[in-house]
Amino acid sequence: MIVPFSHVLLLAVLLFFMGAACAVSRRNLIMILVGVEIMLNAAGLAFIAASLKWQQLDGQIFVIFILTVAAAEVAVGLALIVYAHRRTGSVDANRYSLLKG
Amino acid sequence: MNPFSFLFYLLAVIVLASTAIAISRRHVLHAVVYLIISFIGTGLIFYLLGAPFLALLEIIIYAGAIMVLFLFIVMMLRLTPQHAGWKAGIAQWAPALVLGGISLAIAGFMILADPAGHALLPTLTARPVELGRFLFQKYWFAVEIASFLLLIALVGALYLGRQGEKKEKVRAREEL
Repeated sequence: MIVPFSHVLLLAVLLFFMGAACAVSRRNLIMILVGVEIMLNAAGLAFIAASLKWQQLDGQIFVIFILTVAAAEVAVGLALIVYAHRRTGSVDANRYSLLKG
Repeated sequence: MNPFSFLFYLLAVIVLASTAIAISRRHVLHAVVYLIISFIGTGLIFYLLGAPFLALLEIIIYAGAIMVLFLFIVMMLRLTPQHAGWKAGIAQWAPALVLGGISLAIAGFMILADPAGHALLPTLTARPVELGRFLFQKYWFAVEIASFLLLIALVGALYLGRQGEKKEKVRAREEL
């Protein structure tokens, strides 16, 4: 007997909202990517708690796929950031406003 | 309160605190180091919830590989610490805060109002052998797709990296 399922879900929801706040409000491109990572991690936590609650292994399998997607996303995202930094010399999201009318 | 639930609440406080510190740091380097603490704490919670293999993967991939990748990029780009880093203007902030607060409150209410959620979770452990057998028996196709995704991400990252290199070489040659 560990804890109620709802407490684990609450922890996951709080983590998810922290990640969302980080992704939405920071100006640094790297911090935006970090926020997405926190959100994916919170989703994984919810999956593992659900897997324990219903005693099915599917939830844990999905966390493996979330890890895969997170790794791929970070690799491409960081490559894009490096590319953008090479072209413009900045990682400030506010300065990428060339298309603004 | 038994030792397991005490450990869970302790780890939850550590994870929430280190994440909150991480998302409010001015310097990206400090944020990444606090996030490593947060991910290790999450990995220990995974272990507590009966997923020892995923706890190891969390520490190896998240805290190890992904965060070290972030550290490399931060050091490579030679970023200057910006001031604050938060977007200014409370008028810009207010709608997002209100809507986010409403959805957070609804999520909390729905989680706490669910009567099935109050049952305590059992202490079970999924052995890595069973997990691997289940993965390759039932989800083998998804594993193939995941491997394709990783391959495509690898090719994409290589392409983005090489493209800039080539242009820089061309520019350097033109300058000569």
